[in-house]
Amino acid sequence: MGKITLRNVVKRFGDAEVIPPLDLDIENGEFVVFVGPSGCGKSTLLRLIAGLEDTSDGVISIDGLDATDTPPAKRGLAMVFQSYALYPHMTVRKNIAFPLKMAGLSPEAAAKKVEAAAKVLNLTAYLDRKPGQLSGGQRQRVAIGRAIVREPKAFLFDEPLSNLDAALRVNMRLEISELHQTLKTTMVYVTHDQVEAMTMADKIVVLNAGRIEQVGSPLTLYNRPANLFVAGFIGSPKMNFVTGAEAEAHGAPTIGIRPEHIDLSAQNGDWQGKVGVSEHLGSDTFLHVHVPEVGVVTVRAGGEVAARHGDTVWLTLQADRIHRFGPDGKAL
Amino acid sequence: MARKTTQTRKALTTVAAWSIGFLIFFPILWTVLMSFHSEGDAIKGPFAMLASPWTFESYGEVQHRSNYALHFWNSVVISFGSTLAALVIAIPAAWAMAFVPGRRTKDLLMWMLSTKMMPSVGVLIPMYLMFRDFGLLDTRSGLVAVLTLINLPIVVWMLYTYFKEIPGEILEAARMDGASLRSEILHVLTPMAVPGIASTVLLNVILAWNEAFWTLQLTTSDAAPLTQFIASYSSPEGLFYAKLSAASTMAIAPILILGWFSQKQLVRGLTFGAVK
Repeated sequence: MGKITLRNVVKRFGDAEVIPPLDLDIENGEFVVFVGPSGCGKSTLLRLIAGLEDTSDGVISIDGLDATDTPPAKRGLAMVFQSYALYPHMTVRKNIAFPLKMAGLSPEAAAKKVEAAAKVLNLTAYLDRKPGQLSGGQRQRVAIGRAIVREPKAFLFDEPLSNLDAALRVNMRLEISELHQTLKTTMVYVTHDQVEAMTMADKIVVLNAGRIEQVGSPLTLYNRPANLFVAGFIGSPKMNFVTGAEAEAHGAPTIGIRPEHIDLSAQNGDWQGKVGVSEHLGSDTFLHVHVPEVGVVTVRAGGEVAARHGDTVWLTLQADRIHRFGPDGKAL
Repeated sequence: MARKTTQTRKALTTVAAWSIGFLIFFPILWTVLMSFHSEGDAIKGPFAMLASPWTFESYGEVQHRSNYALHFWNSVVISFGSTLAALVIAIPAAWAMAFVPGRRTKDLLMWMLSTKMMPSVGVLIPMYLMFRDFGLLDTRSGLVAVLTLINLPIVVWMLYTYFKEIPGEILEAARMDGASLRSEILHVLTPMAVPGIASTVLLNVILAWNEAFWTLQLTTSDAAPLTQFIASYSSPEGLFYAKLSAASTMAIAPILILGWFSQKQLVRGLTFGAVK
């Protein structure tokens, strides 16, 4: 089991309220990702769940039991840190066995579990090395190994892939997703990378200034963002926002259209503009088009598009893909 | 940018460095040289003394007149005892200051250090009276207590500096792994801080070994460490140069040897964290 419930949870540092009253339900077995810009309180929220920070107010319950004042060691959760936080003076074997030793398991039983975890994570050959002799990816695997041997109620990941290079990050992302499929344990994952959030999550929690902006599945957030913030944060490249007369024409003070929902033509369309910068990714081409009265509009075109700086192009918005936002920034 | 070093410049720097090193070492060298000559020869000029015959006479005399072994043992008990006691208090204190600092932690640290700036003689009389009333005069336990308290600020400061270098996330990981506070300090923090703790121990042992104010004021014979042993050969009358030198050499030799073998550790400890 691993159901985590937050009710009216508040966190203040001195006079600064970093998490205003917040409610959240994390269901058993769910992969929940907290995403948001730097300083939005996502790591603080995770640390509150872990028990590494005390709540200023409100209740955190795990499996229906109030855990607000339970010390981290007693919550039955495991955490993987951004810096891996391995014990540098212990071998990989001892690192992974540490939580079992703390739980009072016999050395024989612990050794069996360590071997099993090492096998799953491809660490068997490195068991007698110290963390200093491992690569970043291997260290991260040790940190995960240390978490899984405990068979926790839930895993907490605090930006675990930020210190890895891009290629390794993609691999580890897949490994963590696979681990979730295998273990079916609740996972709470913090990241500022919306691609990680979109690819891994069952449920995404978008945070901004300590407040939850929207909770939903990746595609719900993509297709039906609740407000301007979520619309701008989810999706890459970012959604284009248009205000003024062009927006009013679509019946809202602000409209949003994703780069992939704009059709490009050399002959005709709604808006005429000139190509500024074009970014060629091979699979896609991103064009930054200067449209008079509208501004710079990013367009995503599939495959190779031979548009050059200064070329005139026509853009047509896919009518059913236009997002309308009211004066308060909320979706209409 | 690399600086240009010519051969001459290198030679000059080397000579200068050796000269300064020799100058610092000279008093110890001279003490050792004097200790191997007779009282009469020891007060002659430097060249006359070096030309005169070498002898172990002063060492024999010192051995005969005082109980070196007792003073040596007292020094060992006092310096290692006070260091151990200081560690027991300082490790949890430094842990608290480094990992759960309060708003006044910095002030507290400064205040602790400021006690080291006070001249010891300022509290001599109350201390002496307390020692007398509690029956601690000339006892090893009394001296252990005093030296523990005297060196505690330095031990806390040093450990605090080392602990600050240890990422807090590792301790949090231990907490998440189910470690109690005791296990966290015992199994994670202390092993990680071993180099820092070792140099703190070494420095504190040296400071306690050489402490010559309280050890002279509060002991007479039973608990007297090597400082008292040296002092007993300093006299305004009579010829005691060679014997004083022999006593000094015997007193500083153990700590000098300890320092010599641990100098790498000491330097590393003292510059810990200065360079990443």
